[in-house]
Amino acid sequence: MAATTETVEQVRAVTEQKYKYGFTTDIESDVAPKGLNEDIVRFISAKKEEPEWLLEWRLKAFRAWLEMEEPRHWAKLSYPPIDFQDAHYYAAPKMKDRPKSLDEVDPELLKTYEKLGIPLREQEILAGVEGAEGKSPAIAVDAVFDSVSVATTFKAKLEEMGIIFCAISEAVHKCPELVQKYLGSVVPYTDNFYATLNCAVFTDGSFVYIPKGVRCPMELSTYFRINQANTGQFERTLIIADEGSYVSYLEGCTAPQRDENQLHAAVVELVALDDAQIKYSTVQNWYPGNADGVGGIYNFVTKRGACRGRNSKISWTQVETGSAITWKYPSCILQGDNSVGEFYSVAITNNFQQADTGTKMIHIGKNTRSTIVSKGISAGRAQQTYRGLVKILPKAEGARNHTQCDSLLIGDQCGAHTVPYIENRNRTARVEHEATTAKISEDQLFYCRQRGLSEEDAVSLIVNGFCKEVLKELPMEFAVEAQKLVGISLEGSVG
Amino acid sequence: MIEIKNLHATVDGKEILKGIDLTIGPGEVHAIMGPNGSGKSTLSYVLAGRDGYEVTEGSVSFFGKDLLEMEPEERAAAGLFLAFQYPVEIPGVANTTFLKSALNAIRKKRGEPELDAMQFLKLVREKTKALSMTDEMLKRAVNVGFSGGEKKRNETLQMAVLQPKFAILDETDSGLDIDALKIVAEGVNALRSPERSMLVITHYQRLLDYIVPDHVHVLAFGKIQRSGGKELALELEKNGYAEFGVNEAA
Repeated sequence: MAATTETVEQVRAVTEQKYKYGFTTDIESDVAPKGLNEDIVRFISAKKEEPEWLLEWRLKAFRAWLEMEEPRHWAKLSYPPIDFQDAHYYAAPKMKDRPKSLDEVDPELLKTYEKLGIPLREQEILAGVEGAEGKSPAIAVDAVFDSVSVATTFKAKLEEMGIIFCAISEAVHKCPELVQKYLGSVVPYTDNFYATLNCAVFTDGSFVYIPKGVRCPMELSTYFRINQANTGQFERTLIIADEGSYVSYLEGCTAPQRDENQLHAAVVELVALDDAQIKYSTVQNWYPGNADGVGGIYNFVTKRGACRGRNSKISWTQVETGSAITWKYPSCILQGDNSVGEFYSVAITNNFQQADTGTKMIHIGKNTRSTIVSKGISAGRAQQTYRGLVKILPKAEGARNHTQCDSLLIGDQCGAHTVPYIENRNRTARVEHEATTAKISEDQLFYCRQRGLSEEDAVSLIVNGFCKEVLKELPMEFAVEAQKLVGISLEGSVG
Repeated sequence: MIEIKNLHATVDGKEILKGIDLTIGPGEVHAIMGPNGSGKSTLSYVLAGRDGYEVTEGSVSFFGKDLLEMEPEERAAAGLFLAFQYPVEIPGVANTTFLKSALNAIRKKRGEPELDAMQFLKLVREKTKALSMTDEMLKRAVNVGFSGGEKKRNETLQMAVLQPKFAILDETDSGLDIDALKIVAEGVNALRSPERSMLVITHYQRLLDYIVPDHVHVLAFGKIQRSGGKELALELEKNGYAEFGVNEAA
């Protein structure tokens, strides 16, 4: 018996070693009891010492959520029913107060981020970067562990320029007027099942405010980590770029390997005022489940940006390699005249992963422009759908959209589906849609192998070439990591 | 260095090679000539290890090792190179990236240190010049939008960078005009050395005016029908393949 268990463990270790972020951190946590009801909503709000208006907003959302139905009928996803009462809605590493400096942060937590390769010690980052380039630091990080933000780097340096970069729970106290004005202004609390659930129980996330005319001098980044078992993660990100400002923001995520599925339902809201630009990049690497489709994160995310101002621009770049299920459609509401929305996406699904992802571009203002480039790669028995909406409203004179959807299949048991919705109500608008589906050809693989590349390196090279248009949109610091991730995600997909 | 004995191979269950015997020593250049459908390309794919080409009988020894037991990439690392008749396009992958990945993969397998970006660039620039190729061709995606001549020059460039011990040139002359043919042939001739052997596969004798072989073999119906010196090629040019029972007009 023991021998069998041991063998099973060994086999597991071998087959799952590809997901190198699958470890857990042993740390004492404050965990709310399982289940979801008004008391839990009040408990979370009280833990965060929130003002009355926010609690009321949460409760309104919770009551609205009770009346809503899970969106199961339209997405091409199949999964067993989720028992929303069988999860913890709050888990936080035990800390006395919000740590004032990194020295007060639990060393176990710091070790976790070290293992993940996320720099949290400013001095070390500075030393490293100065040694290499002699320039200012490239990245400031907000680290969210389960339900709370544990550290934010370079806060002081950014504050000198008037930039606010902190946990959203902190922003509620620090700049309540900004939070109250913009929270829920892009994704209202009645928006959809998962976004509404998020409004009720969100625990932390990042808040960014870039003042007028300021160009943020470094990449801002949030790193999300789910650690606690049986918890859902509901983070909320709010980024406001005031007139004429610019910010580039990156989000990364990982989770331990567990046999049960875990729920992640985040909301991201972006607001760009006149002449402002927001570049939002995601490298999503949640645990995808094992090769047999056991475990993995259910990723139901609502991301939306509002180009409120004239000449504003919001650009989404995403590299989606993780999660058992991905359901997300980062969108742009192009309200300001001449505003620009972009969506660049690489989604890779292997084994039993499922993804239904795409974007929505809503053209409201005159001469608004949008570009969609979606690259989907499916391997194993994975199913992937691009679902996108381009909507041109009557007043959007001269609006333009160009959409390009390319799918690449590896093997003969996976699927790729493209579902574009186009609604045009203005005859001066131009909308273009191009789509291709291809397989990695035997010819390409053999050619690469004849030149000395292993089959896996060949696949990685071919796929990276296929995604190049999207990968080049990533900030340089992350492009290399993303390229490697593309290779790792497809290991074992051929042969 | 390469010894092919009684090689039989099938494609989709149909026997294409019906007992090939061929031995190529170091530094030798052999030409295989034959009509369409005689098994020329099949032979090159079997030697390079392509999937779907099943060896049913016979053996191939490469530097004393069993070549047929090796994966295609292991054969490449051991020094076997195939210049493709139809070089394959790989969209989005820069020519230099491809070449550097290939060279370093081979060096790694041989236990040699990998080249860094600077060392590689120096090497590849040198080789490019010799083939009258532009830097711009290095930046373009592998074979994408290349003309026939550019593709064949690109194959020769890869050969020059990878420095194989045994190169198979599969119909390298197809699709080339005379100027392009000369450039490619010069590139190939520059790579001739006492340690490097070549197998030149061609339908026409024209290529052999520029890449002069030591031995010529006639392949028809899956077997080598006749072997001789370079004069055999000229004879074939004059008389065609009729004496081997092939009616090319058909």
